[in-house]
Amino acid sequence: MLSSPTVRASLIFTAVALVGLVFADIAITAANPWKDLGRFFLGVVTPDFFSTEGLATALLRTVAFAFVGVALGSVCGFLLALVYRAYPVRIFCAFIRAIHELFWALIFLQFFGFHPLTGVLAIAIPYSGIFAKVYSEILEEADPEPGRLLPPGTGVVSAFLYARIPDCWVQMRTYTAYRLECGLRSSAILGFVGLPTLGFYLESAFSQGHYSDAGAMLILFYVLIATLPLWVRPKLLPVYVLGAPFFLGDGMPIVWGNVARFFTQDIVPAPLKGEEGWSGMGTWLGDLFITQALPGIWNTVILTQIALVATGIIALLAFPLISTHFGGPVRRTSGHVFLVILRSTPEYILAYILLQLWGPSMLPAVVALALHNGGIIGHLIGRQSSSIVLRPDAPTGLDRYTYELVPRVYRSFLAFLFYRWEIIMRETAILGILGIYTLGFYVDSAIQNIQFDKAMVLILITASLNIGVDILGRFIRKKLALQTMPTC
Amino acid sequence: MSGFDLTGLTASFGGERVIGPLSLSVREGDRVALVGRSGAGKSTLISLIHQQVQGHSSLVPQNLGLVNALQVFHNVYMGRLDANATWYNTLTLIRPFAKDAREVKALLSELGMPEKVWIPAASLSGGQRQRVAIARALYRNSDLLLADEPVSALDGPSAHMVMKLLKQRFRTSVIALHDVELALAYCTRIVGIQNGQIALDEPSEKLTPADIMPLY
Repeated sequence: MLSSPTVRASLIFTAVALVGLVFADIAITAANPWKDLGRFFLGVVTPDFFSTEGLATALLRTVAFAFVGVALGSVCGFLLALVYRAYPVRIFCAFIRAIHELFWALIFLQFFGFHPLTGVLAIAIPYSGIFAKVYSEILEEADPEPGRLLPPGTGVVSAFLYARIPDCWVQMRTYTAYRLECGLRSSAILGFVGLPTLGFYLESAFSQGHYSDAGAMLILFYVLIATLPLWVRPKLLPVYVLGAPFFLGDGMPIVWGNVARFFTQDIVPAPLKGEEGWSGMGTWLGDLFITQALPGIWNTVILTQIALVATGIIALLAFPLISTHFGGPVRRTSGHVFLVILRSTPEYILAYILLQLWGPSMLPAVVALALHNGGIIGHLIGRQSSSIVLRPDAPTGLDRYTYELVPRVYRSFLAFLFYRWEIIMRETAILGILGIYTLGFYVDSAIQNIQFDKAMVLILITASLNIGVDILGRFIRKKLALQTMPTC
Repeated sequence: MSGFDLTGLTASFGGERVIGPLSLSVREGDRVALVGRSGAGKSTLISLIHQQVQGHSSLVPQNLGLVNALQVFHNVYMGRLDANATWYNTLTLIRPFAKDAREVKALLSELGMPEKVWIPAASLSGGQRQRVAIARALYRNSDLLLADEPVSALDGPSAHMVMKLLKQRFRTSVIALHDVELALAYCTRIVGIQNGQIALDEPSEKLTPADIMPLY
């Protein structure tokens, strides 16, 4: 078994995570974690839908930001996909999608303030980069034959509309719908930096100990996502997209002086503004690197590796819950509900809740990342395992799991896991805003200390780290000959 | 002008020559049947001719090249995308004009499937798909027909009906056919391909099925 490259890769990653555990700060520091957790669950089962009048508005704003952001992102992404072959475009897209929505929001907050544009752009920009990549992959896979058969002299646009788009339409629609679901999650967490979406109200409910309010918000959010196919209909889509901009709220007006100042002064590195000039840049950068970037990178990488392996374990444990090879319909249905909840809860919200209950350490982050990502991969693998046809006399129970199913789904399991590696790292960095010492922590502190020059350098470092992991993940998937589809 | 001259034609796949060097000259009014064993190079020759005439032909390739997500109407309409302005084509994609719909429907009636005009190509049977590709070639209305096994998925009577229609509509044609009877009945000239070379080139009235059999 050790001779199999996939097993060896898994063992190496597990070993790295175990070594990481030695250095990681894993602890429950809250005085009474289980009592708080109990009160939280009590709040979820006794939701109070009517205490805050802001709840309905928050939901409306969450939906509006998601629609405007995703619509804008998909249009820009589509246009970028048409020129995706150009190398600079690829680099540009990789760069804008390597920066998390919350980082974009933090940047725009500094000069647009609490204007709706901040939230819209925070979603639209990274999503454009993702859409561009996936759309271009879908377009490339279209059957080239109909295009070759067109009469010479056919216009470029006509050829594209008839011979390219129809073949890709269903796939592009499915992917865009999936992204809308992601957009709702992104929109919800934008509230944590002060935009008027769900996260904002969730944070205030939590800080005041109103667990029933928080429970109501979470339940409504799950219902919103679970019923997505019911209320997002192709015919209603234009209504939503055209109507959404009117429900973003007014926010605060943009002060254009701030915008100019941000680009001409705030983000200019401190030595260049002072007398030192370029000669001071070396020490400034070196200092920033040693005191902030390096510890940030170290913690981000450790946390990512532990969360990656934990995600894999959760996924392998969770997939039998919905697999048709185990249990009856009752267990499968509850398994589905459980996995949908894991999948729909943004890891940021999950980490926030656990952090409130258990106190600050890496543990809440690892558990949140593992539950969310493990839920997603478990769902995909479970569905795939259900399509496997077993021989009539196949073993049952644990033997069926270990001999028949796991070996058959293991390759796609690894493919999904390595695909999500970069996503886990992006999230790990951002969880720093909650007080875990990953890169996001140092970005957030720099912004709080009004050192935007340092914040920008740290964000650039975070983006490069994500791009690096993305490249490494793709290299490993290629090396192990693992294939995956973009909708994951 | 629908004839063409090909000289010194070659084609290779992975360094291995599959066609030629061969020369073929087709005059206006020629109805050429390409016959020969499968793998002899008929399909390659058809696509080489397609390149040589720079697409100025009605082509029915073996894999048909239909856009599955589009309705039969649009698949047929695609044969004449060059004849209309982009805005017209775009509108047609959303809502076809009555004039075009009538024309396409009439074509499909001749092929025995008028009721399928608004059905997505994906939900058609093999024989129906083949007839849609033929309808597209007819709608294209070019002087030269290039067809690769255009009736392979059709039953006997339909195959005869389609071959008769193709004979009526195209003055000049090059058709790859494995059915020797059809080749002799509907074509004026038989070109036999063997190992990428022309092994036989005679008017059909001089030949009997027995003369062609050695090629197989």
